[in-house]
Amino acid sequence: MRHIISILLENEAGALSRVAGLFSARAYNIESLTVAPTEDPSVSRMTLVTHGSDDVVEQITKQLNKLIEVVKVIDLSEGEHIERELMLIKVKAIGEMREEMKRMVDIFRGRIIGVTDSTYVVELTGNGAKLDAFIEAIDRSLILETVRTGACGIPRGERVLRV
Amino acid sequence: MELTGAEIVVQSLAAEGVEFVFGYPGGSVLHIYDELFKQDRVKHVLVRHEQGAAHAADGYSRASNKVGVCLVTSGPGVTNAVTGIATAYMDSIPMIIITGQVPTHAIGLDAFQEVDTVGITRPCVKHNFLVKDVRDLALTMKKAFHIATTGRPGPVLVDIPKDVTAAVCEFRYPESVELRSYNPVVRGHSGQIRKALDLLLDAKRPMVYAGGGVVLANGAAELTRLVRLLGYPCTNTLMGLGGFPGTDPQFVGMLGMHGTYEANMAMQHCDVLVAIGARFDDRVIGDPRDFGRISRKIIHIDVDPSSISKRVKVDIPIVGDVREVLLELLSQMEGQAQRIDRSALAAWWSQIDQWRGRECLRYDRTAEIIKPQFVVEKLWEVTGGKAIITSDVGQHQMWAAQFYKFDEPRRWINSGGLGTMGFGLPAAMGASLANPGQTVACVTGEASIQMCIQELSTCKQYHLPIKIVNLNNRYMGMVRQWQEFFHGNRYAESYMNALPDFVRLAEAYGHVGIKIDKPGDVEGALREAFARRDQLVFLDFITDATENVYPMVAGGKGLTDMILAEDL
Repeated sequence: MRHIISILLENEAGALSRVAGLFSARAYNIESLTVAPTEDPSVSRMTLVTHGSDDVVEQITKQLNKLIEVVKVIDLSEGEHIERELMLIKVKAIGEMREEMKRMVDIFRGRIIGVTDSTYVVELTGNGAKLDAFIEAIDRSLILETVRTGACGIPRGERVLRV
Repeated sequence: MELTGAEIVVQSLAAEGVEFVFGYPGGSVLHIYDELFKQDRVKHVLVRHEQGAAHAADGYSRASNKVGVCLVTSGPGVTNAVTGIATAYMDSIPMIIITGQVPTHAIGLDAFQEVDTVGITRPCVKHNFLVKDVRDLALTMKKAFHIATTGRPGPVLVDIPKDVTAAVCEFRYPESVELRSYNPVVRGHSGQIRKALDLLLDAKRPMVYAGGGVVLANGAAELTRLVRLLGYPCTNTLMGLGGFPGTDPQFVGMLGMHGTYEANMAMQHCDVLVAIGARFDDRVIGDPRDFGRISRKIIHIDVDPSSISKRVKVDIPIVGDVREVLLELLSQMEGQAQRIDRSALAAWWSQIDQWRGRECLRYDRTAEIIKPQFVVEKLWEVTGGKAIITSDVGQHQMWAAQFYKFDEPRRWINSGGLGTMGFGLPAAMGASLANPGQTVACVTGEASIQMCIQELSTCKQYHLPIKIVNLNNRYMGMVRQWQEFFHGNRYAESYMNALPDFVRLAEAYGHVGIKIDKPGDVEGALREAFARRDQLVFLDFITDATENVYPMVAGGKGLTDMILAEDL
């Protein structure tokens, strides 16, 4: 099963490599990993998407908690949560395709944030499935380049992850 | 008071009560060595190879319950120590490794003797630090000692660039340290302990399975009290030997791959199992699916939550310091012992005694060639069971574990997790320095001993009267045994036909060497060696090359799928 794990860790050099190293050393799978400092500059927040059985995910959270620089770990998938990912995608936009692409971006509630005579850069946010759907919906041959941030997530309601 | 980084290192060690530093100098640590030279509170022990430094610090820690400290230079100093660090990590030994690093301005530029120490050691330490600013040094040292010794212990490495050891700052060693991200649980959950006790007292076929965590937590006395109060059978893992007295009638021997028939059978067939400071590893329970074939309730006490339900699902997890949890169990048990079903317990013991009747550790006592088991038995007799025994890795290690009955903790020192050949001699040096006047013997084989043989020179320099019991069968015995069992007797590279003359080798290093090749001479040689209280004696026992370790559970097999000597 897919799990989204949120981790608060000390914002120190090497903390990221401890997490990444743990996953490779113990043969856990990482689908995506995203990390940035929080409003408290001493803490970074990492969102990590992994696949595994309940037993494996239990081990993953225990092993993460064991890392000295990890302050808190929660499995977002255990409760209601919101998940978002950002994609920037550069597409060909020539002739009649220009209008068609613009319509498609509107349908997916994306924004065109870069324009040249022959290209658009499209910004799209949503869960991973929505971004996949956009890629499926447009003509593959028009895609010049894509970049995705990987998922980040936050619990719904009263549940809060902070130091 | 303004001090240099090097002074801060030495002052911090002194403040932590460090008695010995095991190390080897080199370019990046010269300032630290200069400070060591100028004082006499912290003594330095010069090894002959950095692997020896790490193992010696490790052996010192295991034999004393103090922190072992090791000091090596950057680059090859570090890489040589890595085997020793990984050895300590796998067995959860509290240790501090101080490593020199190239100056901060040279880091990342492929400088001479530069290696990414923090990167290379990250998977085999509990934690590591690179100190880039001298103002962080004292606090980092404090954190290192705190992390190494609390929770599940382990090695912590502090990497210090040379310019940081020369830089100056105000020094005050912190009294204590708080880490918001590190708060190991000490006391077990009392509700869980109550549930565990209910389960234990209602058991019909109970079993106590205790590992190295009991020794590390200094909970041997509490375990012994509990087991005796309950009247239940108790087994120890390889790492747990001495956690419960080896001569106690309730002790059913070590379990696992080379465990006793009765221990493995009782482990498999019990209805309630309490695992204490043990982790159900592959050498202990074999195939976890086979182990799960028979259902039993499992209580698991461990300080590390990630050890619980890792290989085997448990029913009642208790996270906490083993000794604290045992104390709470004992206090909750007061007045409850009469609940135990004595007739079920008697039936269970009679079943266990029947298993004991197989005498799985039998060997040929009439042989004309020395049997290795016989040497260990005599060693036990001659030392009155009171020696500190270190070992290397292989057949001799298993025979030492099976035949030397450890009645007390911290007397059996071996590399259980990593299985590091070369561990025994340097570990014995640490054990000997930690326990001056105590008898220390290293049970080894002619292959293992050669992996850190250079430390014989260190033993001479520091007058360490270790007794080396070399079970010389002219083979890498355990490799040979697997090749005999599983590879059609093809002894690929497990035979050594260019062995040194160990007696002359010992003499060349300034020690005493004795070669023994007749069973009748074993006891006399041992007595002679132990009578030489101030000398290292190398006892080279020429043993039966074909002897195997029994019982044996082949890798990946079920725990009761044992090969016994009588089967062959």
